[in-house]
Amino acid sequence: MSGSMEFLLWTKGPLFNIALAIFAIGLMARLVEIFMLGRAPNYAEPRAHEWPAGLRTMLTRTVADPGTFQRAPFNVVVGWVWHLGFLTALLFFVPHVELIQGVLGFAWPALPNPVVDFATAITLLALIATLVHRLTHPVKRHISTIEDYLVWAVVFMVVLTGYLAYHRLVEPYPLALGMHILCAEILLIILPFTKLTHIFTTFIARWYNGAAFGRKGVQS
Amino acid sequence: MRKRPDKTLGESLRDHGLSRRGFLKLCATTASLMALPPSLAPAIAAALEQARRPSVIWLSFQECTGCTESLTRSHAPTLEDLIFDFISLDYHHTLQAASGEAAEAARFQAMEENKGQYLVIVDGSIPGPDANPGFSTVAGHSNYDILMETVEHAAAVIAVGTCAAFGGLPQARPNPTGAMSVMDLVRDKPVINVPGCPPIPMVITGVVAHYLVFGRLPELDAYHRPLAFYGQSIHDRCYRRPFYDKGLFAERFDDEGARQGWCLYRLGCKGPTTYNACATMKWNDGTSWPIEAGHPCLGCSEPKFWDAGGFYEPVSVPLTLGPTTLLGAGAAGGVIGGGLAAMARKQVKQDAATRQPVTVDELEQKL
Repeated sequence: MSGSMEFLLWTKGPLFNIALAIFAIGLMARLVEIFMLGRAPNYAEPRAHEWPAGLRTMLTRTVADPGTFQRAPFNVVVGWVWHLGFLTALLFFVPHVELIQGVLGFAWPALPNPVVDFATAITLLALIATLVHRLTHPVKRHISTIEDYLVWAVVFMVVLTGYLAYHRLVEPYPLALGMHILCAEILLIILPFTKLTHIFTTFIARWYNGAAFGRKGVQS
Repeated sequence: MRKRPDKTLGESLRDHGLSRRGFLKLCATTASLMALPPSLAPAIAAALEQARRPSVIWLSFQECTGCTESLTRSHAPTLEDLIFDFISLDYHHTLQAASGEAAEAARFQAMEENKGQYLVIVDGSIPGPDANPGFSTVAGHSNYDILMETVEHAAAVIAVGTCAAFGGLPQARPNPTGAMSVMDLVRDKPVINVPGCPPIPMVITGVVAHYLVFGRLPELDAYHRPLAFYGQSIHDRCYRRPFYDKGLFAERFDDEGARQGWCLYRLGCKGPTTYNACATMKWNDGTSWPIEAGHPCLGCSEPKFWDAGGFYEPVSVPLTLGPTTLLGAGAAGGVIGGGLAAMARKQVKQDAATRQPVTVDELEQKL
């Protein structure tokens, strides 16, 4: 690997295969394990159906209730902003849509570049704000672990390198793009083994809680 | 053998009917070509006026002659022809092939007479020292031996074309001839790469002009390419760039976007990762260039361009990964997860089976 082009081809080739394989194996192993562990059979007669309550809770726990918003407005607003910005950039940037088409064999329409650019800039600012808040808020700081900072750093680096590459602020460009792909690969590799797994388990967990409460006929 | 004239470049140009005004225009163009300030044009004029023609030995190895075609058949007569007339091309494998032994003798004579002064231009890749030398020979000698022998007393080596600069097509997987680039083999001489498939004619003449004017080689990038020509990417100088920035893309070669001349990123354009001067200097006397003709850039001036993904695959698409790999890995993960869950269940059952209830009395006795 003598130059930036070789580096880019390495991240686009062998390393991408390895990263996606670790991601797919790790994620499927965790999900299948969670589903197969199951739970003890409940012999009590259900008071209501599980599914409507489960689906309702998937929605209600996604939108913060007024009490939560009043207690922690920063968490709610900034959390929403950066998650939406991140998803916009991840799923609707033209090169990402092409990548998804290449890997999965299907994709969806993309958003215009200026929209994605704006979302990315907002995401970067929001992520910086979350770190500052985490470091200055006494409770948050107390309960933060190394893993929290690692996950923040990896996510931030993915967005930052993507922004730098798009605006071509690092020369030569193959190095900038290679750095972005490398960061995304690190994210993919650690995803199944850190709290980043929530990307795939959050809605399952919300459904599970809602379904359990729904069965008992109580509000969740 | 042609005798080397002792005229300076200025005298030769005047003999060819080039006016003083024409000569200064040439110098100004050369200055702008090499991204030098216009104020240097008089200095270039003075230097070129006095310059002696350097001896040049042109070696052709595993190549298609496209680079030579590009240079010799460029729109004549222009700056590059003029400058080409004013180097002393003492040996050219391909052009002198019919001369046989006489040509080889000319090469040795040029090397002897200009020891330490001559330039070597290499065109084509070379089967490396560990490869079978029989893949490419000239006059019964292996390419490797000829290259090493010729560059030994050279002032500098110019690798013309992507094959000489980076290995190019012969080096593409599975590289059957063990092809290597000049840079891989020549370590103790200045090597300047002029990649492209073929390179723009003006670039090679620009490099030679720089050498004549300043007596040294131009500033190079990490891949030994002259920064003046390879300092900016195709994407950054592309006239279709505003469409990329707006997010307007041709999705097929026959759609409305293609007709409107929108960005070719989604059709596989390698402009974002390719450093060359096509977008500004263009081809065929500034007539057009691939993207202007509606075709994505292939990235021909970059290392490994043959193996860097399909020509019609966008830059962001991974090289080898497809749905099957992902499904396979997912299935493997499912099996591992299933195994872990089964083991955990078994453990729970075992624990339940071997559980030994403890009463409060028993615990108190232990205390």
